[in-house]
Amino acid sequence: MEQLFFFYFAAVIAVASVLVVALRNPIYSALSLLIMFFHVAGLYVSLRAEFLAAVQVIVYAGAILVLYLFVVMLLNLKQDDRYHRQWPVAGVVGLTLAVEAVMLTLLKGRAIPPAPANTNETVEGLGNTEALGDALYSTYLFPFEVASLILLVAMIGAIILAKKDIGGSEA
Amino acid sequence: MTSYGADLLVILPELIVVGAACLLLVLEPLTPPSRKELLAWLSLGALALCIGLTGGQISVLNLRVSAFSDLVVVDGYARFWKLLLYGVTGLTILMSLPYLKAERLQLGEYYGFILLALSGMMVMVSGADLLTIYLGTELMSLSLYVMAGLKRSSPRSLEASAKYFVLGAFSSGLLLYGISLLYGVAGGTKLGAVAAAIGSRGFDDPLLLIATILLAAGFGFKLAVVPFHMWTPDVYQGAPTSVTAFMAVASKAASFAAFLRVFVEGLGGLKADWSNLFLLLCLVTLILGNLVAIVQTNIKRMLAYSSIAHAGYALIGLVAAGRGMGESGGASGLASVMLYLALYAFMTLGAFAVIGMFRKGGLEGEDIEDFAGLAKRQPLAAFLMLVFMVSLAGIPPTAGFIGKFYVFMAAVEAGLAWLAVVALIFAAISAYYYMRVVMVMYMREPDPSAGEVPQLVASPALTVVLACAVAGVILFGLFPNPLVSLALQSVLPLK
Repeated sequence: MEQLFFFYFAAVIAVASVLVVALRNPIYSALSLLIMFFHVAGLYVSLRAEFLAAVQVIVYAGAILVLYLFVVMLLNLKQDDRYHRQWPVAGVVGLTLAVEAVMLTLLKGRAIPPAPANTNETVEGLGNTEALGDALYSTYLFPFEVASLILLVAMIGAIILAKKDIGGSEA
Repeated sequence: MTSYGADLLVILPELIVVGAACLLLVLEPLTPPSRKELLAWLSLGALALCIGLTGGQISVLNLRVSAFSDLVVVDGYARFWKLLLYGVTGLTILMSLPYLKAERLQLGEYYGFILLALSGMMVMVSGADLLTIYLGTELMSLSLYVMAGLKRSSPRSLEASAKYFVLGAFSSGLLLYGISLLYGVAGGTKLGAVAAAIGSRGFDDPLLLIATILLAAGFGFKLAVVPFHMWTPDVYQGAPTSVTAFMAVASKAASFAAFLRVFVEGLGGLKADWSNLFLLLCLVTLILGNLVAIVQTNIKRMLAYSSIAHAGYALIGLVAAGRGMGESGGASGLASVMLYLALYAFMTLGAFAVIGMFRKGGLEGEDIEDFAGLAKRQPLAAFLMLVFMVSLAGIPPTAGFIGKFYVFMAAVEAGLAWLAVVALIFAAISAYYYMRVVMVMYMREPDPSAGEVPQLVASPALTVVLACAVAGVILFGLFPNPLVSLALQSVLPLK
């Protein structure tokens, strides 16, 4: 049963992601992105990470996608097929790589991977949100802070690149 | 409640750099446009503090300290790269002072972003966990994307920024995919956990191979090795020259540092596999980088291809380390990579410093033809450029020769004499395009119809940068021993 759900979510994610880049109308692309986000959230639920699933829906499907749609509609993008000439090459290379990876995995077979550090029991004892918060603010404090620095850089960078008067012109 | 006092002390240099960057960003709107230079001096002060902190530990070079539940590690290897990165950043800031003035880009944020990029590089160098290394890479790259686009009046600069951003995001995706597969195989993202999983479970897992290839591709993009080099010429040409210098030297050094740590500390057990992979990458990089550089007419583009080729030479050291027999073989290969990048920093910074301030009526003289007759007009400037070109070509008695010498020696020791010979042939080919610049400077007269002749605009800060670069190139060319022994001492153990 779990496997069934996994393959359903995985297949839809893969197809929707391809559609995001393949569709010519930007609105359709954004909508397939939405489908993709929802199925990723589904994948999180099937992995019993409910908190992540909720965050995925609220942040990605809710906030970020609406922002995308605003930008697309404000800019009034026309259909653009400049980037669709490389499709045959991309298709051949992508398919070859995918087949190669699958063949390699199937032919050689693989051992069961070791269990990750946080097992289901710890998560269930603490509850999803608490376990995540605990890991983020203790073990993974440093990467967490670096990630916040990255967001700071992205924000200031966007402001600098977009602000009106440049350099000497104001002086 | 756990206290992080001791952990914070370990990352004190990072904290200083980030703190200074934030201070700069706050002070920027408060300083009048004519006094933005103060911000540069402030960032240089922060760097001096860091050099003092890290340099003070040189007597205990190989003391390994880890912090934040082993996600960060400060060892001799990290200290070596950090010292190099401080130096490169300091010289870049000095070089930017006159450059930004000439380009009328008086942006205080520029210095803030240099420091933020530096903090990302320091995280990469010190990361003992794939997650930390990845986040450091992102912090560095994101700052560089912005810096590449700072010259907003030029469409080239914006194109460079956009191209760098899109391709960089794509390569980050590959890197993350590799990391996630590795996490699936090893059950952890710490390099130690990955190494332990490989050691106990063997190398047969196909997912392990796929992960290795994806990691190599992700890092290959940051290192600009063929076939992941497509962005390099456009970005190097379009970005402001001081940023190009920073990308060509600091970002390459930091990426090499993280790359070596991941493959040696984490995937060291797979060295038989990855050394074959890198042998291939290194050969294509040498061939393509050197051959395409010949036909370039823009000097920034030529140096972009030359930096691709130099990444190829540095990769030889890693291949040799992977193939090395016994303990010593691996160590000398890795040390040669570290040495190569440290020496490469001086000559490339020097060359870009000259190009940035080589001006034709307010604009940059970017064409190789612009250098015609420079030896008659400004003999000193021409001589400096001659030194940097000779060093990049790897001709004694310059630092470039020492770097290549140790890399080739490592290859011969590892039983790859043929690779050393091939690389030597391509070094000879590279001499052609470096010497062409010299020839144009010394033997060609400038086109009389061209109007204003380009000049090197001197300034005190530029003099300091050029003096440091020339001193580095000549002194390390004649007396390489201190640097060689430092690299050998701080090298990572390859099992």
